[in-house]
Amino acid sequence: MAKLLIKNGRVMDPETGHDQVADILIRDRYVVRVGQNLHAIAATLFDATGLVVAPGFIDMHVHLREPGFEHAETIETGSRAAAGGGFTSVCAMPNTQPVNDDATVTRYVLERAARSAVVNVFPIGAITKNSAGQELAAIGSMKNAGAVAISDDGKPVMNSRVMRRAMEFARVFDLPVIDHCEDLELSAGGDMHEGLESTRLGLKGSPGCAEDVMVARDLLLVEVTGARYHTAHVSTRRSLELIREAKARGLPVSCEVTPHHLALADADMIPYDSNYKMRPPLRSRQDVAALADGVAAGVVDAIATDHAPHPGSEKMQEFERCPHGVIGLETALAVALQVLVHSGRIPLMRLVELFTLGPARILGLASRGRLSAGMAADVTIFDPDVEWTYDVNRSLCKARNSPFDGRKFRGAPVATVVGGRIVWQR
Amino acid sequence: MAGLLGIEGLERSEIEAILNRARDFQPFENHTYKRLDVLKGKLIVNLFFEASTRTRTSFEIAAKRLGADAVSITAAGSSVSKGESLVDTLNTLAAMHPDAIVMRHAASGAPHFLARHLATPIINAGDGTHEHPTQALLDARTILDQRPSLEGLRVAIIGDIAHSRVARSNIHLLSKFGVDLVLCGPASLAPPELARIAPGVRITYDMREAIRDADVIMMLRVQLERQHEAFFPGGEYFQFYGLRLEHLDLARPDVLVMHPGPINRGREISSEVADSQKSVILSQVENGVAVRMAVLERILGGHGKTAD
Repeated sequence: MAKLLIKNGRVMDPETGHDQVADILIRDRYVVRVGQNLHAIAATLFDATGLVVAPGFIDMHVHLREPGFEHAETIETGSRAAAGGGFTSVCAMPNTQPVNDDATVTRYVLERAARSAVVNVFPIGAITKNSAGQELAAIGSMKNAGAVAISDDGKPVMNSRVMRRAMEFARVFDLPVIDHCEDLELSAGGDMHEGLESTRLGLKGSPGCAEDVMVARDLLLVEVTGARYHTAHVSTRRSLELIREAKARGLPVSCEVTPHHLALADADMIPYDSNYKMRPPLRSRQDVAALADGVAAGVVDAIATDHAPHPGSEKMQEFERCPHGVIGLETALAVALQVLVHSGRIPLMRLVELFTLGPARILGLASRGRLSAGMAADVTIFDPDVEWTYDVNRSLCKARNSPFDGRKFRGAPVATVVGGRIVWQR
Repeated sequence: MAGLLGIEGLERSEIEAILNRARDFQPFENHTYKRLDVLKGKLIVNLFFEASTRTRTSFEIAAKRLGADAVSITAAGSSVSKGESLVDTLNTLAAMHPDAIVMRHAASGAPHFLARHLATPIINAGDGTHEHPTQALLDARTILDQRPSLEGLRVAIIGDIAHSRVARSNIHLLSKFGVDLVLCGPASLAPPELARIAPGVRITYDMREAIRDADVIMMLRVQLERQHEAFFPGGEYFQFYGLRLEHLDLARPDVLVMHPGPINRGREISSEVADSQKSVILSQVENGVAVRMAVLERILGGHGKTAD
């Protein structure tokens, strides 16, 4: 029986509110005890003095690119980057080749993960076949095979009737429906946020209202269907207001924000640098401020990276031809600490919640995102104050498309424990 | 000057220096442009990813009049059309050691992207819907041939401003010289953000208001390739935003009518206006060579004064 004893860390559990220096004893894949002065025979010791010991971080929005785009990322490399960012679990978005729209693909992802991943991988199934927005995917079989949610992510379901049917069906299986909210007609292939900057640079704009109208539509459909619904990477002030109002009326609605949308506005982009190109785009300063407000006010339930690796050759093109997306697993904690905690916007416990209990609740992962006896032995150990500089060329993932290269940070993960094993250490 | 990517980042003094120097290169009466050898031995590559007869020819003549060797490459028939990436194309060209690359590209920011990766000076000959700096310079030269200064002039820019690189460069240039600038077009082609990209700019959707008391009217080409996007009802453009003779009565009597060409007669401008005494469209073409000579000389001729 493998044992791990984590000594003298500041143990934070957002579920119970526990926040004091303590030891954690892990046996095999579970937490056995959290308490003072624990001892164990033949246990591996980890001295966490001066460090925060939190439930394992969960990133509910990651593109692992496997199967089909292994030149950009694999389940193995993506999982290593996740571990390096302090994540013990990631959700794999279904926009692979083939799309994860039936149980065969879901099982393939899980089998590949079992063989090569160093963190837990939870597949997200597609809403529609091939994410084409027409026929429903094999939602029930994917759930039975291990899918934890459904989403067509970057190819949002434009047909409202199809979306309604998907919500009705997902409700039967108690699966959350995750939507990347973007009216593709309104956004019309925009390359950045529509505003002064896009006008100045002569780039096609994607207006904030392209997101807002889809959030509004979805919330109206939730009211009709009662489905559990989650808005991915909210980026506008108005979308957040709509979600807040829906929550106030008791609808089963949740949402996530990304570190890059919390930290960067359209005006921060180095002109025509495709490392700043993603969907939704970096929005206005007002939107960025509203997202931090939303986190502080409790409207936001989770922080997710939307880690989207692209090979250098694809990002080294004319801006309008470059694919959307940035990597984010290894900078997520540091960016969030900087924008939210060191700035005084939220207490550290709330930040931990956004990375742990928040996503665990949305995904129905009952034994994760919590740190107490009986829970899965997924633990993230981090130093909230260590100063370091991000060098994207040392990233554990395959891609290099980050807007944070060279940025100085305060706070970083120190060790990542998955299923009782230390899988990464700084 | 390390290159010329746009007007926005240029100092006013730099613009003045180019405009003054361009006057030396203007043809005198029936003579052609002066021939000099200040750029003898220099190699200039004109790389046109987008078709353009007048700008490309103008740059070629400018280079040759200064004694430089000029090579023009157009996308059709080159390795670009065989799927070579922009970076690879430019790396290949850079290995041939040109002294400058003049570049036209359909994507906004393409020259800026390359300027970050290449040491060769890059001159932007029009990038997407962003900037067309030498066009704004030749427009300013054309106005200054007729007026003592730009300060206080009232200039109306009319048409598809949202998608116009000519408009953006002109807005930046004229704003730096204290011009009273009015932009006019249907709301879908003249978004309110345009009034905020430079000081002293306002927007009206009423063409008559834009033209009233104008010293200069700059008409923009209607981008025929964008018609399918329904920015305005088909067939209504000329009725509301086409320049006709009767409009000119609202402007100052000595108003100058300009157009970057090529003209769509009867679409954005009537033939009568295009051919009228007030039109300086051909002077613009003529000044194109003179201004580009001044730009090339400034970037390649060791005149030393740097702007950026």
